[in-house]
Amino acid sequence: MKLSQIVAEGAILAPLASRERDQVITELIDALVACGAATAKNRDELLARVMEREKRGSTGFGKGVAVPHVKHKSVKGMRAAVGLAPAGIDFNALDRQPVFSVFLLLSPEDRPEEHLQAMEVIFKNLSKDTFRRFLRQAANAADVRTLLEEADNQILAG
Amino acid sequence: MSQRATVNVVIRNKLGLHARPAMAFVDLAMSHASAVTVRRGSQEVDGKSIMQMMMLAATKGTELTLIAEGPDAEKACAALKELVDNGFNDE
Repeated sequence: MKLSQIVAEGAILAPLASRERDQVITELIDALVACGAATAKNRDELLARVMEREKRGSTGFGKGVAVPHVKHKSVKGMRAAVGLAPAGIDFNALDRQPVFSVFLLLSPEDRPEEHLQAMEVIFKNLSKDTFRRFLRQAANAADVRTLLEEADNQILAG
Repeated sequence: MSQRATVNVVIRNKLGLHARPAMAFVDLAMSHASAVTVRRGSQEVDGKSIMQMMMLAATKGTELTLIAEGPDAEKACAALKELVDNGFNDE
């Protein structure tokens, strides 16, 4: 599974308009709806489910990244949105540090193996210092897209 | 005195080692002084790092080896094995 294929065309927000967690999640869900990765009919439910998941435990897993996610029956394949917040977001992260990069992942309800593979590919890259640094330095969506493709082609060092 | 303990486990819950079970594992590992390594085939990750644990992509049926090294290694292995055996109390 490739990172550049998971991240939907048109769902890279660099930068995000908001610096507040719930607003950031809303922006990313709306981007996924706008580019057809999710349907407008399910927008409110997806939003509520992602928020509910965050309340059960923050997906701000440390090192300035967060990976909010939801499984939903309306979702056809692994689809993610990426948002960058150069000034940092309070995501109630595990390490109490601000979050600069958010990967929001939608997964179908009945394909746990693919969900785990998508999470693996996301975390494999987010755990690399180089990837996180380049992501923070990306000035626009095109920069992020290039970075995702380089990551898939394993051009980046650890 | 430092000990080393290892135990094999199999992921039993339907959804596999997704974020919440991985977090429960890391929390429990962190509550022990011993270093915890999780091995899947030739891949080894730090059992106290949520990011590394997510890189295992361990689906239901996946076999993992837990390795603890430190003053409470036996205790850590036993507690972590129990968590995995109970399917992480995942619904």
